[in-house]
Amino acid sequence: MSRSTVTTESAPVRLLLIGTAVAFLSLFLLLPLAAVFVEAFRKGWEVFLASLHEEAALDAIKLTLLAAGISVPLNTLFGVSAAWLVTKFKFRGRSLLVSLIDLPFAVSPVIAGLVWVLLFGAKGWFGHWLAEHDIKIIFALPGIVIATVFVTFPFVARELIPLMETQGSDQEEAAVTLGANGWHIFWRVTLPNIKWGLLYGVLLCNARAMGEFGAVSVVSGHISGETNTLPLHVEVLYNEYQFSAAFACATLLAFLALITLSLKTAVEHFTGHSSQNNH
Amino acid sequence: MSKRRVIPGFGLSMGFSITYLSLIILIPLVALFLKAATLGPAEWWFILTSPRMIAAAKLTFGASAAAALVSTVFGLLVTWVLVRYRFPGRRLLDAMVDLPFALPTAVAGITLTAIYAPNGWLGETLAKWGIEAAYSPLGVFIALTFIGFPFVVRTLQPVMEDFGSECEEAAATLGAGRWVIFRRVIFPMFIPALITGFTLAFARAIGEYGSVIFISGNLPMQTEILPLLIVSQLEQFKYEAAAVIAAGMLIVSFVLLFLINLLQRRLSWQNR
Repeated sequence: MSRSTVTTESAPVRLLLIGTAVAFLSLFLLLPLAAVFVEAFRKGWEVFLASLHEEAALDAIKLTLLAAGISVPLNTLFGVSAAWLVTKFKFRGRSLLVSLIDLPFAVSPVIAGLVWVLLFGAKGWFGHWLAEHDIKIIFALPGIVIATVFVTFPFVARELIPLMETQGSDQEEAAVTLGANGWHIFWRVTLPNIKWGLLYGVLLCNARAMGEFGAVSVVSGHISGETNTLPLHVEVLYNEYQFSAAFACATLLAFLALITLSLKTAVEHFTGHSSQNNH
Repeated sequence: MSKRRVIPGFGLSMGFSITYLSLIILIPLVALFLKAATLGPAEWWFILTSPRMIAAAKLTFGASAAAALVSTVFGLLVTWVLVRYRFPGRRLLDAMVDLPFALPTAVAGITLTAIYAPNGWLGETLAKWGIEAAYSPLGVFIALTFIGFPFVVRTLQPVMEDFGSECEEAAATLGAGRWVIFRRVIFPMFIPALITGFTLAFARAIGEYGSVIFISGNLPMQTEILPLLIVSQLEQFKYEAAAVIAAGMLIVSFVLLFLINLLQRRLSWQNR
């Protein structure tokens, strides 16, 4: 897009502005990204690979995959259901529901963990009952999963709602007149229309689920080999002054971030849809 | 309205969505406020006005506001450059703006510390000038700026992309210079988006934990943020005190969120 001379700045001003912006982005984005990898390889390949092969690291990776593997499908199911509800029907309290879906974004990750401790912790509302029945939620996998579900709750719904709103329901209504049932309409008509948006929401949800730190840290108890997710394992290594090992594990998470960003850019390219604010 | 139940699935999606929302979000949050309410006003006052609490609140809100402000200034500059100018590497930088959203906060935390610690990449030079970047309130500010500025860019970007050049051209025809056009014609159009971006960055910064705790040093009364204070209350099994601090933070966040909604609704009504 070329602009006429009256609606742009003179060349020196342009250069100055571009220079300042690029300097800021380099300092705040590129430098940290480079630092992760440089610090990880500071002691060489052997140390790097050994840190990833360690028993505790492998357990942490497994737990992270498991927790995300449970919470992302749950929130995807919710996202689709809520988007269907909000965009295909008009009912009282609809806009309140939309605001409530966004609520977890306004909640500190630490508080997202705290609420579960208050419910299921040793001194929580149900703590006594759970102890009597020998059920462990806090400092165990269920706690990690529900904390992750809480913080990743809005991602899929938030991508789908604006998308399905702009698409309207004409095609679905036509399908109804032709005698299709609900599931048929969803699989054959709606899903093909929303697949990119859905994929995009799932990607963001997954990145946050695997990388969540604050909420999981509150409910996990940091039991090595049992309740340490990958981000928590990074913290433990870092606090034990095993910096190279900590950064080696951090590169896995940084890779996850880079893959998410590339796929996101690719999806945007495909659909020509520019990103909404995602938290 | 008459055709509102043409499409099937109302009962199922309503039932599932409401149940899930209640179980995951509403009941836990209500339980938090109930827990906080088991203490009386006197105890609330005691917890919320303890010197450690006040120091943490000052640091959290102060550093968040400063970071959101700097994010807004640089967010405006970065968005302007990304939307209006063409230069090599622009698309890459545009995609990279989302990095703080995608990078797990613990990774951001240890990385920023590696850069700004006294023996770190930049920290060493800063230390020679007598600037303590990590393990100080400045470190908290740096981490919160990293977390916050994408909110400003991503809020402002669509507004700036939709902004046509007609007004600018008209102003130029009337003899206005570039700076006057920016200040009087362009900038006022961006103010709502800038306020929204600032508020989103601020709200996120208040609750931020992972990226801050590594770089801040976590000294009570000096570099301890509110979320960390909640964690330390929990570790001492002071559930009620943790709930009171959390309830206070949530009230502030919800009020902020409500204000942005109000602002956006007013503006979309004006543009109609």
